[in-house]
Amino acid sequence: MESGKMQHHQPRIGVYVCHCGLNIAKTVDCNQVAELVEKHDDVVVARDISYACSDPGQESIKSDITEHKLDRLVVASCSPRLHEPTFRQMLISAGLNPYLLEMANLREHCSWVHMHEPDAATAKAIDLTQMAIARVRQLEPLEPETLPLTKRTLVIGGGVAGIQAALDLADNGYEVVLVEKKPSIGGIMAQLDKTFPTMDCSI
Amino acid sequence: MTDVGRHPRIKLYSLSEVSDVKGHVGNFQVKIVKKARYVDEKECTACGDCAAVCPVVRPDEFDHGLSSRKAIYSPFPQAVPSAYVINTAECLGHNPVVCAKCVEACNKGCINFHMSDEEITEKVGSIIVATGMEPYDPTEMDEYGYTRFENVLTSVEFERLINSGGPTKGNLIRPKDRKHPSSIGFIQCVGSRSARKGHSYCSNVCCMNTIKSTLVLKEHDPNIDLKVFYIDIRAFGKGFEDLYKRSRRLGVHYVRGLPGNVEELPDGSLKVAVENAATGELEFYVFDMLVLAVGVQPSKGTERLQEMLGLQLNSDGFYLEAHPKLLPVDAATRGVFYAGCSEGPKDIKETVTQASAAAVRAIRLMHKGEIQTEPITAEVIDEKCKFCGICAEVCPYNAITVDKKKKTPAVVNTAACAGCGTCAAECPFDAISMNHFTDGQIVSQIDEMLELHSQEKILAFACNWCSYAGADYAGVSRFQYPPNVRLIRTMCSGRVDESFIWHGFAKGAPIVLVSGCHIGDCHYIDANHWTEKRVEKIRKKMEKWGIRPERLQLEWISAAEGMRFSNTMQQLEKMRREVTPEEISETIEILKEKLK
Repeated sequence: MESGKMQHHQPRIGVYVCHCGLNIAKTVDCNQVAELVEKHDDVVVARDISYACSDPGQESIKSDITEHKLDRLVVASCSPRLHEPTFRQMLISAGLNPYLLEMANLREHCSWVHMHEPDAATAKAIDLTQMAIARVRQLEPLEPETLPLTKRTLVIGGGVAGIQAALDLADNGYEVVLVEKKPSIGGIMAQLDKTFPTMDCSI
Repeated sequence: MTDVGRHPRIKLYSLSEVSDVKGHVGNFQVKIVKKARYVDEKECTACGDCAAVCPVVRPDEFDHGLSSRKAIYSPFPQAVPSAYVINTAECLGHNPVVCAKCVEACNKGCINFHMSDEEITEKVGSIIVATGMEPYDPTEMDEYGYTRFENVLTSVEFERLINSGGPTKGNLIRPKDRKHPSSIGFIQCVGSRSARKGHSYCSNVCCMNTIKSTLVLKEHDPNIDLKVFYIDIRAFGKGFEDLYKRSRRLGVHYVRGLPGNVEELPDGSLKVAVENAATGELEFYVFDMLVLAVGVQPSKGTERLQEMLGLQLNSDGFYLEAHPKLLPVDAATRGVFYAGCSEGPKDIKETVTQASAAAVRAIRLMHKGEIQTEPITAEVIDEKCKFCGICAEVCPYNAITVDKKKKTPAVVNTAACAGCGTCAAECPFDAISMNHFTDGQIVSQIDEMLELHSQEKILAFACNWCSYAGADYAGVSRFQYPPNVRLIRTMCSGRVDESFIWHGFAKGAPIVLVSGCHIGDCHYIDANHWTEKRVEKIRKKMEKWGIRPERLQLEWISAAEGMRFSNTMQQLEKMRREVTPEEISETIEILKEKLK
């Protein structure tokens, strides 16, 4: 195992346990999760919150960041595959590095799949949130690299979809490479005469 | 179509296929194989003098064999590019003794038998996948007699017969005796919504296509007898219900129930037996012609492209979007977008809408002319590196270079590194740190989850793209499973270090799961091969050390396999219950000894 980098100062962590309306709160006792994890080292604030991703939700988290000088966050809500970009953006606008965020997936991986076992789901939610706290302590700020990009698009397939996409891109000033397997573009659409709902010619 | 052909910013490669894609969002290198056309695309005026003299006659694919073409042909009159093409498998050859009639006939000298396939490389920043669909082939549905009776046609063949540009100029005849049919039956859901044959999904367009056909037929011949056999009529789009009502008003008879059997009568007519679900009676109908409303399936080559671009397919075989509601045209692979039926069956309007959406998503990505790369990349700890070169060997992107002779530490090209973490897991000297997924970060999660009641918990590693997403999908689908599992996300299963697994067992985990994308579907080319090898190696060690190797499980779960994820969790829970506290403490003792 490689040695961890130096921790410069004691982390100041904020934890937000999202109800997601009733999506999470119907099964998981969010308030209990928040109260329990607040006792952990380095956790400065822990709250349950009705919709973390909503504007008021984000605003309240941001004001906590300023007021309590939080430097890293745990958001225990839905899948990071859904809202990690949202919350990373929120960290940026609050002046924090976006990689100092960890999400605990209390919805897709907990409340929605253990709907009939609220106690076990709450216990799991506590574990997932604590694991996220353990991880967020160790996270390091990262900076993305900016690279040049080729302003061209490859469109694979010259049926109605490929044609429309290619024309939209090209009319907007972008170069397009359109690849069609057959000797002509047109695809299945070219074989149709009248098409619903307008009953006119397709070509 | 013609706009595409003459657009100054569209480079069209017809008769071409993408053979390889390298690189990443913003900078893909694409290899395209352009097959030889044997006719100069720019010079050919499509005059047709060549085809007139060609002696080879073959069925025309565009008309589904309902007409013929020559070995040198234009695919259809409005073709783009508007140039003839030679099928060399059919052509007699360019030896003047044998044939070469077309070469003589072409005044402009466009025909060149020495053309060969070309390989072209293009650089692009984004990719739109619009590979479309193909109609279902009803050969296996023998009860409808598609291969046995000439007057049973698919809806696609029928479309050519009523098409004014088709083989009969839109003059409807039945194939067997060229008689104008006075009665036609339509059978819906052929290859769709069937658990038995074909596909289980609804193909979306067939109901409306049949309704359209009935309207066209009634317009030509108001007295024609039309019957439609259906399960449900799905006319849910804007204006669709009106068309359906119009069809009924014009006297088209809709019969609820799919025929069980079709027989051919001596005059070529077809006798259909159907249980009418409305009356419960077995009814018989005779038609001059029968049309099978065939469903839609993913086009051939969908899977090849899926592997090339690291995409995912849903259980129906169509491309899986990054999110069904919020990212409906994005692939999970950044910089790749979907348009049209490759993503699922849809009609023209929906296809056009999605194609425009895909174009805008691509523009949104490209308009700044630069792209920010994910800083989740590998980093070499120079003082620990022993120049063994294993990291360079396992890197799927050739992003690491090691000079073994000069004995200089490995160097990571961060622009090429995609962040799978396989190098960090494989380095025998722990000399590579994987940013945002460091050993310390992951071990802290393991420690935390096994701090209390460890014997009740399953430690599971899931890759971001497939298995973690599969667990998400189980959630979205509300598939219930035992609450004992704790998932740790890594970008790729290749990141799961041997030490993580030992650490888990040493901390009292009864069961450890490593899960990732299916072999061939890895988002990091083939990094999961290393996962497989590693798990195999660890299992052997477990066996040698007296730890039951079954306690370490490896599962491939795709983003679409929510049910598989849920089932896996049920099985793991069953296994967990079989692991006794004594076995766990014994393992802890063994590992204390072995991992000193």
